[in-house]
Amino acid sequence: MQDFANADLIVIEGSNMAEAHPVAFQWVIEARRRGSRVIHVDPRFTRTSANADRHIPIRTGTDIVLLGGVIRHVLENELYFTEYVQAYTNASTLVSEAYGDPEDLGGLFSGYDPETSTYDNSTWAYAGDPDAIARGLPERDETLQHPRTVFQILKRHYARYTPEMVQETCGIAPEDFEYLASSIAENSGREKTTMFAYALGWTQHQGGAQMIRTSGILQLLMGNMGRPGGGIMALRGHATIQGSTDIPTLYHILPGYLPMPKAGQDDFDEYTRLVGKKEQKGFWANADIYTINLLKAWWGKHATAENDWRYHYLPRLTGAHGTYQTVMRMLEGGVDGYFLFGQNPAVGSANGRMQRLGLTHLKWMVVRDFYMIESATFWKDGPEIESGELSPEQIGTEMFFLPAANHTEKAGSFTQTQRMVQWRDQAVEPPGDAKSDLEFMYELGRRVREKLKDSSDPRDRPILELTWDYPVNEHGEPDAEAVLAEINGRHISGERAGQPLASFGEMKDDGSTSGGCWIYSGVYAGGINRARKRTPGQEQDETAAEWGWAWPANRRILYNRASADPEGRPWSERKKWVWWDEESGTWTGKDVPDFPPTKRPDDPGDPGKGGVAALAGTDAFTMQSDGRGWLFAPTGMVDGPLPTHYESPESNIPNPLYPQQSNPTRVTFQDEDNLSSPGAMGAGGEVYPYVFTTYRITEHHTAGGMSRFLPYLSELQPEMYCEVSPELAEELGLEPYGWATIVSARNAIEAKVLVTERMTPLQVGGRTVHQIGLPFHWGRGESAVVQGDGANDLIGMNLDANTQIQNSKNNSCTILPGRRPRGAGRAELVEEYRRRAGLIPALHPQVDGAEGAPGAGPAAGGTPHEVRGPEEATAVPTGEPSMKEMRNR
Amino acid sequence: MARKTFLDWPVIRQLRGADPTGRGTAVTSPRTRSTTPRTAEADGVADSVCPYCAVGCSQRVFHKDGRVINIEGNPDSPVSRGRLCPKGAASEQLANSYLRQTKVRYRRPYGTEWEDLDLDTAMDMIADRFLEARRKHWEDEDEQGNPLRRTMGIASLGGATIDNEENYLIKKFFTAAGAIQMENQARI
Repeated sequence: MQDFANADLIVIEGSNMAEAHPVAFQWVIEARRRGSRVIHVDPRFTRTSANADRHIPIRTGTDIVLLGGVIRHVLENELYFTEYVQAYTNASTLVSEAYGDPEDLGGLFSGYDPETSTYDNSTWAYAGDPDAIARGLPERDETLQHPRTVFQILKRHYARYTPEMVQETCGIAPEDFEYLASSIAENSGREKTTMFAYALGWTQHQGGAQMIRTSGILQLLMGNMGRPGGGIMALRGHATIQGSTDIPTLYHILPGYLPMPKAGQDDFDEYTRLVGKKEQKGFWANADIYTINLLKAWWGKHATAENDWRYHYLPRLTGAHGTYQTVMRMLEGGVDGYFLFGQNPAVGSANGRMQRLGLTHLKWMVVRDFYMIESATFWKDGPEIESGELSPEQIGTEMFFLPAANHTEKAGSFTQTQRMVQWRDQAVEPPGDAKSDLEFMYELGRRVREKLKDSSDPRDRPILELTWDYPVNEHGEPDAEAVLAEINGRHISGERAGQPLASFGEMKDDGSTSGGCWIYSGVYAGGINRARKRTPGQEQDETAAEWGWAWPANRRILYNRASADPEGRPWSERKKWVWWDEESGTWTGKDVPDFPPTKRPDDPGDPGKGGVAALAGTDAFTMQSDGRGWLFAPTGMVDGPLPTHYESPESNIPNPLYPQQSNPTRVTFQDEDNLSSPGAMGAGGEVYPYVFTTYRITEHHTAGGMSRFLPYLSELQPEMYCEVSPELAEELGLEPYGWATIVSARNAIEAKVLVTERMTPLQVGGRTVHQIGLPFHWGRGESAVVQGDGANDLIGMNLDANTQIQNSKNNSCTILPGRRPRGAGRAELVEEYRRRAGLIPALHPQVDGAEGAPGAGPAAGGTPHEVRGPEEATAVPTGEPSMKEMRNR
Repeated sequence: MARKTFLDWPVIRQLRGADPTGRGTAVTSPRTRSTTPRTAEADGVADSVCPYCAVGCSQRVFHKDGRVINIEGNPDSPVSRGRLCPKGAASEQLANSYLRQTKVRYRRPYGTEWEDLDLDTAMDMIADRFLEARRKHWEDEDEQGNPLRRTMGIASLGGATIDNEENYLIKKFFTAAGAIQMENQARI
């Protein structure tokens, strides 16, 4: 966070940092105090804008056009950082002759299959001998002139992303665009760095992952990755949302970003080769070692080389099994039991109605929380009870509410948004029946094992052989440090048997070591809990390496080899961070160098060896199979190797760039509660003429489970509201502080009206686009201090195919003065608008508005996706074959 | 309280003392002088981290008689430098809100009200249901005969507001049991 202060320019886009991360924002203020420039790009003017040098209002969902425009600007005017681009990126790499760009294919990349709405990415591959490519040595043209170099492809791909196109698509004036583009160009290079910061304003789109990648491309071109005051800051929103991805409670990965195996991956060596091949460059070449150590941590002495370390005990995926697919399965009666650990999907997940209806189909449910959240009380006071549609007597879900211990009542670690793990000491004992989730999970596991102890069923062996023995205190609470030590890993045999691993470099492939999450190895080095380090900031330099512990290896800036030039010298005195010290023959500097410590800058690398040995002295991107930062991503993204602009499915604006209106790989679910406006693709789009976008405010947290139950915070922000521009209020007769009803194709909610110039009507495509802002913290449960309608009730379960995350930021609605109807009238109102828009499923088979768009058509049953390459650890293919109503469109 | 004298007049105190601008000690009342901060009476203070967003602001948790009495920012943190936002500053109430639930609550199928339930009984009922759902929705293999070794009958959501160690045990146990539908806020 402190590194914000080192930036010369900070571009905050897709985030309202001053209100959502106020304490981190002090470092943006600090940067401005030091003379830096701050630009805020956002549909709304917020406190972040008020503290920026300039606010640039943007039509939501058009960020790829804006940043693609900046990419074009720096390429056309040769403003990129030439030496950095040549040495550290894949700009010079040649791409397969079979590659076809959206510029030539009407908005689609080569390899698209309209039947399945998915891509075969084989034509996006690097050119060259397959063995050389596998070793990270594809064909290259260092002059960057060959038409098939990544550099030339990039130039052609963004050639039409002109300032005029930016104005026409984003509603951004040429003068604002010029200010942004020249600010980035002037504040990058040897002497200066630009930093980007984003949050859910990028993530929550169908195409959100590609928005983030656009800034990645730009930051690589400008030489801002791996350098102080550079990079892309992901501003995450929950205490350990980073940690819960590293050590995941996510379906698609195992700890340390190892993918969950998929059906058919029954050969252990084949599985690890899909994660990382021995001959490829960099640290993923040791994927087999990381996996073996995880399996050893879980199945201990039962995991041996002969049984592939119990790899075959891991359950297999057959497609996407994300939280929204699970809701669909609930509605079909396919899920009996559901656990909630501090989460409130009845309010916080997209399509609140489907979330709540899903819960009514469960046999039983365990809610672990501090308060009676809406997901615990939906059966007695949910909106579907209020409307008379359901009554408690009709809902068979057996509910267990188990009070949870809070952060002061248990010890443990959170990983904050810059990968820093911080330990909390316990202050007090939890009250009454309240227990930590650690104790709950350990106890549940213990009881299940006890009940199964005489079982001879082979399917119970993985539970019975599991290492499940942690020391507990007098209250029954397991020792969280013992769990951290298992995550860190230890020597099992040899001289150092029993000792913690110092780093993942000590992990072995022979079963003599174990470690539950390789990237966290070192957090417990020497038996010391390094997450608990608290040397005061005042007693340290700005890196503050002695406060907490950042994965991996306590490194604060990733890929920091790139902070030095190819010869290993700092790019400039001003931006000195990590460099080669000829005298000691090591990399050194202000941070833990992200490079093999004694590998010389002029080391050619040993392609015969693979892994770390194969890295050349200039291969700064040590996790990439070719050691380079990827401007063009041959694998890893399911919707294209380069970010390309598509309109949201509900957008009323025809895509100004391509005949392909919306992202062709987008995921949706066919259900009468999950309809979408046809947008520009059908006549009914005008029924929902306005765009709405959701956001967080300072005084509340997500679905309100930790804020609407606190009188202080509830008093500060008591009511659900909507932000509308004075122009729209005037047009529709919306009264300031009066009520409005917002209707989408899914549902209708009411909110107080805040008429404000913070919302700017934009001129796009020959029309005025009005955007409406909606905070999403309120719900209808009676237990909280304050209640309100939930904005997520308006949003559909429509997902980005890369991440399976819903689009919350770019949807269409209409807005009317006055409160919404009570009782059955609410559904009737929604129905009336659907009828006008032609969205009655019985009369109108198209449900997601993609009529006329390539790829639209009846659900094709779904096809299992091929199992793809190593970099797809976080990009699991979609297309759940057993979920007939899900489809990619 | 001693009788007020001429010398106790604020303006005289201001002129006599070390507070010539009259904005400090010269103008404090006896009541103010006799009060002490809550934190001074604490039994102890624990180093902690704010449970809300992902900035990771450091907190100092003051407690007395087994109860949290005050939470404030820790100025030692190089990240937060002692600051807390409104949520972090209100987090004492997260622990002590009158709405805090401390007893197990149970609602039987089709029931209209919550009922009491003993924690031990609840845990046993959950373990039984876990095994039953696991068995009922077990999948040994797919249509092509590939091993699946999983159950689709159990799902979970949550993890971004709890601890790394807790997530680790959830992932470890659920995976061993064959339950794959584990998710958290990171997907949302």
